[in-house]
Amino acid sequence: MLALEDGTVFPGIAFGASVASGGDLVVNTSQTGYQEIATDPSYAGQVVVMTYPLIGNYGRLMADDQSERPWLRGLVVAHATAAVLDDARQLATLLRTNGIPAIAGVDTRALARHLRSSGCLRGIITQPGLTDPDAAIALARTVPRWEDQDFVAQVSPAVVREVGDDPATPLVAIVDFGLKANIVNSLRRRGVRVRVLPYNAAASDVLASDVTGVVLSPGPGDPARLDGPVALSRTLIEDGRPLLGICLGHQIVGRAAGAETSRLRFGHHGANHPVQDLDTGYVQVTAQNHEVQVVGDSLPARSGFRVSQVNLNDRSVEGLRHADKPIETVQYHPEGAPGPLDALAVFDRFVDACRRGA
Amino acid sequence: MTVPTPYERPHRPKPASVLILGSGPVVIGQAAEFDYAGTQACRALRAEGVRTILVNSNPATIMTDPTVADVVYLEPLTVPAIEAVIAREKPEGLLAGLGGQTALNLAMALSEAGVLERHSVRLLGTPLEAIRMAEDREAFRDLLDRLAQPYSPSFIVEGVDDAARRASAEEALAEIGLPAIIRPAFTLGGTGGGIVETEDAYWERIRAGLRASPIKQVMVERCLVGWQEVEYEVMRDAEDTCIAVCSMENVDPLGVHTGDSIVVAPVQTLTDQVHQRLRSAALAIIRALGVEGGCNVQFALSPDSTEYAVIEVNPRVSRSSALASKATGYPIARVAAQIAAGRTLAEIPNVVTGTTVAAFEPALDYVVVKLPRFPFDKFPAADRRLGSQMKATGEVMAIDRTFGAALNKALRGLEQAGAGPLGEDPSWRSTFDYLAAVYAGPEADAGAEVDAKVDAWADPLLPDDDTAIRWVDERGEACESTRFAQRSAAPIVLRQFLEPSDSRLWRLLGLLRRGVPQEVVRRATGISPWFLAEMGRNLALERDVRALGVRLVDAEDPEAASLLVTAKRAAFSDRDLGLLAGVGEAAVRGARLALGLIPGYAMVDTCAAEFAAETPYFYSTYASAGSPPEAPPVKRPAALVIGSGPVRIGQGIEFDYCAVQAADVLRREGWSAVMVNSNPETVSTDFDASTRLYFESLDAESIRSIIEFESGATGTHPADAADLLPAVVAFGGQTPLNLAAPLVAAGVPLLGSDLEAIDQAEERTRFSALLDRLGIPQPEGGMAESIEEALTLAERIGYPVIVRPSFVIGGLAIDFAYSPEDLARHLAAAAIVDPDRPVRIDRFLEGLEVDVDAISDGTDVLIPGLLEHVERAGVHSGDSIGVFPPQHVSEGDQALIVATMERICLALGARGLVNAQFIVREDGVYLIEVNPRASRTVPFMSKVTGVPMVELAVRISLGATLARLGWSGGLRPEPPFVAVKAPAFSTAKLKGVDPSVGPFMQSTGEVIGIAVDPRVAMAKALTGASLVPPRASDGEVPLALLSIADRDKGGLLDLARALVRAGYRLAATAGTRAALAAAGFAAMPVAKLGAEPVGDEAGILGLIADGRVRLVVNTPTPRSGAVRDAAEIRHAAIAEGVLCLTAIETGVAAAEALDPAIADAIAVVRPITDWVPGGGAPAG
Repeated sequence: MLALEDGTVFPGIAFGASVASGGDLVVNTSQTGYQEIATDPSYAGQVVVMTYPLIGNYGRLMADDQSERPWLRGLVVAHATAAVLDDARQLATLLRTNGIPAIAGVDTRALARHLRSSGCLRGIITQPGLTDPDAAIALARTVPRWEDQDFVAQVSPAVVREVGDDPATPLVAIVDFGLKANIVNSLRRRGVRVRVLPYNAAASDVLASDVTGVVLSPGPGDPARLDGPVALSRTLIEDGRPLLGICLGHQIVGRAAGAETSRLRFGHHGANHPVQDLDTGYVQVTAQNHEVQVVGDSLPARSGFRVSQVNLNDRSVEGLRHADKPIETVQYHPEGAPGPLDALAVFDRFVDACRRGA
Repeated sequence: MTVPTPYERPHRPKPASVLILGSGPVVIGQAAEFDYAGTQACRALRAEGVRTILVNSNPATIMTDPTVADVVYLEPLTVPAIEAVIAREKPEGLLAGLGGQTALNLAMALSEAGVLERHSVRLLGTPLEAIRMAEDREAFRDLLDRLAQPYSPSFIVEGVDDAARRASAEEALAEIGLPAIIRPAFTLGGTGGGIVETEDAYWERIRAGLRASPIKQVMVERCLVGWQEVEYEVMRDAEDTCIAVCSMENVDPLGVHTGDSIVVAPVQTLTDQVHQRLRSAALAIIRALGVEGGCNVQFALSPDSTEYAVIEVNPRVSRSSALASKATGYPIARVAAQIAAGRTLAEIPNVVTGTTVAAFEPALDYVVVKLPRFPFDKFPAADRRLGSQMKATGEVMAIDRTFGAALNKALRGLEQAGAGPLGEDPSWRSTFDYLAAVYAGPEADAGAEVDAKVDAWADPLLPDDDTAIRWVDERGEACESTRFAQRSAAPIVLRQFLEPSDSRLWRLLGLLRRGVPQEVVRRATGISPWFLAEMGRNLALERDVRALGVRLVDAEDPEAASLLVTAKRAAFSDRDLGLLAGVGEAAVRGARLALGLIPGYAMVDTCAAEFAAETPYFYSTYASAGSPPEAPPVKRPAALVIGSGPVRIGQGIEFDYCAVQAADVLRREGWSAVMVNSNPETVSTDFDASTRLYFESLDAESIRSIIEFESGATGTHPADAADLLPAVVAFGGQTPLNLAAPLVAAGVPLLGSDLEAIDQAEERTRFSALLDRLGIPQPEGGMAESIEEALTLAERIGYPVIVRPSFVIGGLAIDFAYSPEDLARHLAAAAIVDPDRPVRIDRFLEGLEVDVDAISDGTDVLIPGLLEHVERAGVHSGDSIGVFPPQHVSEGDQALIVATMERICLALGARGLVNAQFIVREDGVYLIEVNPRASRTVPFMSKVTGVPMVELAVRISLGATLARLGWSGGLRPEPPFVAVKAPAFSTAKLKGVDPSVGPFMQSTGEVIGIAVDPRVAMAKALTGASLVPPRASDGEVPLALLSIADRDKGGLLDLARALVRAGYRLAATAGTRAALAAAGFAAMPVAKLGAEPVGDEAGILGLIADGRVRLVVNTPTPRSGAVRDAAEIRHAAIAEGVLCLTAIETGVAAAEALDPAIADAIAVVRPITDWVPGGGAPAG
């Protein structure tokens, strides 16, 4: 059973782990990519509702995982389908072995409409066997609030790792707030080495002398709770080496530049958001997954940043660019996974800047 | 503080006026989707303030209503005619990307002829160069090479002459090998193409392909048969913004034309990585082509998804984009037109949500299944195997939350006998039993074990044991053997049984139903295991329902309740559940309502509920049963208009015209018009054609549920029986008419003629009695319940006779019998006579046929005009050339027809449209058929008479009278011009189909010709229908081969005279030649089929194959036997691409159209409103 804090209850069929688990409900409208969503650290602490009704069709290819495990608190689908594959390659197996509950048989369209009108709500997928709705609703109300929790510390690695060993190639430092594999892949494909650092790495480590550019990764949670990374970001801006902020990384740079961030009513979670570059007019379809936006009006003019990209659906800020430093941030996910790869040029621009600087 | 500065794009001038090309008559491969596309385009451009000029030769379209464009020309789609329109209207731009391949080819021809340059007309949207690059196989491969996009190895066959092309084809064969796909360049719906497996077939196809291709170019491509086929509908604007509107996956693997395939949207079995790779490839291709507007890109994907190949690009709005548009709610044609007018995706609002812009990709939260609708019920003799040449005439689309449910709905929506989810042809029984006996069994289900046994496609899993098996063979004899003994033949039987054909889906469902493992079916068909597994879920439900039996309707049984919920979620109909459980439909409905189980209706909102949307586009789903409704019932007064379902022969686009106009009139009368239809190609399923659209199968249960929901029913409260929404059944053809009885039985009121009138006209016996009572002459006839009765009856009334069952579309199973043997054979073969389904036997009266449409208000009967048929009675009215006003009906006979029409309309108590057919003979005027509904001639007659027939009928059904509407009864005065309606045929696409016109309707579309001179009007219409043979050109004397039955020899001399005048030489069989000689015409002697050529005679088939014959007129002798010989001649002609006519009257008309004296007059054009003010559209 899925119970919401506002007293709404959806009965269903459990297909993940036999445990209760809850969090803020987020609605994702992607038609493909459930596996990437399940393993995206940015969903830490959230229960993901898939509006596409058939989830599980093609099983799971290990190579498409975005991190070493799923981080979401639960998955809500209309129909859990099984590809004709061995058990190890089923979505349900991935969830079950990682202790994540999932529920099928929910009218996810009705749920999405409900969430659209009531804004974000906490919910819980109850343990199979619990049939008392009132008890379930009470449980939903005990789930900790998303904005009251720190997730980055949970998903960020404890140690530094490096990918690639050709010393002739530029080295990019990624501060990992909840990194997705395809960001590393996208950079590697452009011929750079990557050093992945924990979220609380010292500025001196991030800006080691061999580093030619820095990426602030996406990740879960509210940037307003991340004073350390915001301070780090100020140092990075000051330093002036090429800097790319993606999603949470973008919000952190925005805060470092003096802008405010605020929570969106419904979040952006999908693979179909049009974003326009205000410098070129170019419009691209992007993958999105965020609850929080940088408030454009709050960006101080003296910060040196301008709003460079906007979402054409709601005109929210989708990117910042610095007037004279090679710093760019994007709210969307140029790495896709899941979602369109139209904006891979973001990585091209960043790597070019690194090469010029190196 | 920094406020983002909005981007300002460079100014692009908007054209002040645009010429839009339609797609001409409906033919296989180019159907109603272009009416929808053109109509959307006109509306979008007019909303932008652009003056729109539309040319189309097809009068049955909505787009040619004078209210849709600023100026409408109903003229042939030829270079001279279009140049004349351009010269008159001086448009700034030309929009060709919304009229299918016909319009695109015409645009290229206009460009090549220098017309565009001469008149400074700018081609809007996708540039010609892109069109050329996408169509010219070689240029396209170069482009793919530049983009590093993979394609299937292929070879271009071309050359300066036949010898060079032959050498080129030899080389292609050596390089590509067999099997191969042959694809002629620049043809429609894959005409002339196909998959070949043998050398003989290869050469046959190469010849046909080169002939079909206007540039004599054919591509031979390695056959990727068995790969998955995936399509992307993409759009691009001039600012280089690209989006993928919809992805689609074909259930049928590569090898079946996508128009003939079962298609699912969005893609189901692709991982995000693979999906994004293909999507990115599609966008890269349209960028490189420079497409501005819509484009379709098709890929082949290897079964393990590691490799792909680009198959084809259509740089225009297509059938797939119509499907994508209806599947997603995204108005592709409308946006493509706006892009062509200079707007960008980022500027165009998303009219569905009302708040976002067109530069986004629709997110679906449902599954769409499209099934093709084939014409083989009309052409039982046709080759029903499917390949790269499209054969379907139409399609049905269904939406639900699972593949299984959408599939079940689509199956229900096909409206074809035996085509429902449970459909099985009785003749498959023995094959089912045999294959099940061999393959099905407990050991065959042992998953991994099965896998291990499978090692090659040709060697599917065969249980390796000697268990005894039993089955009944096709002779009905019980067989017993062992699996081991039977195994060797099984793979061959299986493969043949599951060859791609119109019925493969039902065949494989039948096998799975009998326990044949999915893996066996997968290996024989190449269908992805996921689809088979999902079909398996439906079959498991079937099994459960069957097992539960009558308990299904036991209100106290919790197992029954749960199964009923699951089965309804899978979209099984109450009727099918009743059949499975053995309890009847009513009992299932009762049990369902007792549980409060009614469908929910969900919105097609383009955004998966992310944004609030305003669109009135809905589908039913039991997955939302019990969820809060997304919209309250529509505002009253309201009525439900039932559309006409998939396009099929006999029920086409003309009924969509009627349904759309009916909804339009209702709305303008202040009513809410609720539209229901299942056809994605139509204007009626556009979200703005009605107050609210339900995309649903047209079965009684679906429609009843909608009516109940719109009348306020909820799971706990039924709708108030006294307040049920009325239904409009008169405008969608036979489909809604057949629904009238069950709807009325359910208490649904009808707007317009009541059920009594419908029944009286439809039931032959009652109808006949009515005519007798009124003293209206009719051909003698009666009903027979057995073959013996039929023979006795026919003996009494005299041969020839017409045999027909009740309630049919397009003359199905209607035939003539010239002798008792004929009659007995026909009835036995069709297996259509029994006491439940008696047949009507009528005297077949030869004479002049006249089609009449009337509007009756119960007091007055308005007759806009009479339509005289060119071919004598016996040719189906849908296949006849019609002439308005009549040229050969005396004033007295016309008056008699009008008087009879008035009497019959009033006697039936009809309120609204009535169509009738009369036979005019020297001995009197006979009434042969009456239908109290819109007929296929309504759009044509509305346009040529200016009487807004649908509007008047709808207003009358709302209570108005003709008098109050400003019209009087009787026949309208004749206009000072002649309008001709000619049929267009698709028979060349259907192998094995006899093109001879007769009582079975065969044409798929129609065209119009209007002029003051009847000969010019006829020539225009025949030109538009491709029924005119080529003109004689310098250096070539074309040959016309004539073989005319004795009874037709009266028209022979007219035919010969016209042909000789047009520069033709004649060739004729002995009898015909003698008749010609007697009148002083020389003709080359030709031996009859099967006869040895004597003296200087040429063999008939050899002469046709020789390539000099440009026209065959071959009229069958009305005796069976001779008919078969004639069929062979006609097939030879079709194979050579030679025009073949089978009615002498058509032959004369076609030959006269070549008259040099009228050549100039054919290219004179006038807008329809010049001829007919108003053009028959409701006054806007």
